[in-house]
Amino acid sequence: MDYGYHAWMLVATSLVLMMITPALALFYGGMSRSKSVLNMMMMSFTALGIGGIVYVLWGWSMSFGSEDVGMLFANPFELFGLDGVGGQNYIFVGFQMTFAVITAALISGAVADRLKFSAWVMFVPLWLTLSYFPIAHMVWGGGFLGTAKDGISGLLFDLDPVPIDYAGGTVVHINAGMAGLVLAILLGKRLGFGKEPMKPHNLTLTMIGAGMLWFGWFGFNVGSIVFAGESPEADATQFLSETSLVWLNTTVATCAAMLGWLLIERLRDGKATSLGAASGIVAGLVAITPACGSLSPVGSIVLGLVAGGVCALAVGLKYRLGYDDSLDVVGVHLVGGLVGTIGAGFLATSGGLLYGDGAKQLVLQVLVALGAVVWSGLATLIVGLLIKYTIGLRIDEEGEVDGIDFLEHGESAYELSSGGGARRTPGLNATASATTKEGANV
Amino acid sequence: MKLITAVIKPHKWEDVREALETFGVTGMTVSEVSGYGRQKGHTEVYRGAEYDIALVPKIRIEIVVDDGDTEDVVGIIVKTAQTGRIGDGKVWVSPVETVVRVRTGDQDEAAI
Repeated sequence: MDYGYHAWMLVATSLVLMMITPALALFYGGMSRSKSVLNMMMMSFTALGIGGIVYVLWGWSMSFGSEDVGMLFANPFELFGLDGVGGQNYIFVGFQMTFAVITAALISGAVADRLKFSAWVMFVPLWLTLSYFPIAHMVWGGGFLGTAKDGISGLLFDLDPVPIDYAGGTVVHINAGMAGLVLAILLGKRLGFGKEPMKPHNLTLTMIGAGMLWFGWFGFNVGSIVFAGESPEADATQFLSETSLVWLNTTVATCAAMLGWLLIERLRDGKATSLGAASGIVAGLVAITPACGSLSPVGSIVLGLVAGGVCALAVGLKYRLGYDDSLDVVGVHLVGGLVGTIGAGFLATSGGLLYGDGAKQLVLQVLVALGAVVWSGLATLIVGLLIKYTIGLRIDEEGEVDGIDFLEHGESAYELSSGGGARRTPGLNATASATTKEGANV
Repeated sequence: MKLITAVIKPHKWEDVREALETFGVTGMTVSEVSGYGRQKGHTEVYRGAEYDIALVPKIRIEIVVDDGDTEDVVGIIVKTAQTGRIGDGKVWVSPVETVVRVRTGDQDEAAI
């Protein structure tokens, strides 16, 4: 049993890693413009580079350490550098690390085409520290929004029921969606937003990314099992039944959400689109994330349909309200996360309003979602303002028009003509040494 | 000598090329271009946001021919590229002063 579970966690953790690189990078990269696809993909890749290290240094300690601070976060220095952590716990650190990283990477969709790369490199560790680690602690690490005796559920309902967030509706999706909203507003609209066409440059990449996200999500949801720990036999039974249910719920909710999104498009715009299918898939995965352990498969279908439909409508909000959430982090992750987190209050087979168990669960779900919205909003505002008034958030206008790929990375994604007009300049090293000799090195 | 420039629908290009080859045209320059005339663009919808795509993709063919062949070549292009619907394209003819074959330095008619 232990070996089986451990082997599964190694696989599940690797699956979630694949959701970041390359799945999310492809999903977002295809939706961005051809002059900014590399920067978009780099934001996912560097979120992994930075987030992975930060998590080992103080992320795990702040999220799951035992020295609680006000039920909001844990002492970052208690287990700094995983001091005192060892054995098979390393894979749980790895699993939670991938969650932290993908949450940060999700935000990048809101800032396409215009966020300084240096600002992103600063944003990731600061935001993880002020927003992600505290919310992870509050919901999963014994903090205020989880199952603690002095937490919200203990104070209101004497721990019956407790909040439902199986794999991160609040910690991951509401958190990332809210951060995307705040950062997009701080950053301002892209030049020409709402006037120039900013259509996706390669939807085949987006379709591949969406398919890979779905596949990776089995690690995300099915790996999130927490054992009751009463006896080895009971744990074994729980493992077999719960992982099977979560796998199935994750799949059917996503099927339904894809159809829900396409149906809205067919009715509203006349055509069912490939971008709609890819987006519906992600909306369904987001919505089922908190609820996948508490719903029946049919309940999951209902939740998925609602999520697909609601998110398909929500992505239009940015044009009406006037914020440039470029790739719809708000419309898909914030709204999808709210649908899933609050939907669990209606549809949970034990505790759900529609199953005749009263409104306690629903009230709790709404409060927990609100808690995540408020904390994430404030933390992102602090981090965003800090960067804005130190190194600055936004690239200059000329660079934005030319394209952020060239400005920030000195590259262009595609070379499609054979001539190209490019001539290889003498090697950089040769040039450097020549100028050094002439004493003209700047 | 004349330069014949034709802008036609992309899916007609293979038919036009075959017809011209049968007639004896041995070479041409072809480019993928975009533009619009009476056939305006179309609308695409991405996540509910409508985009008016003003430019329509076309194929532009450029051929330099002897004066005597001009009428025939224009006729072949028009006949082959025609579908009878808006957006079939245009063909125009302009005079050419000099042509030089880069490989040999041959001039004018000998260079065509």
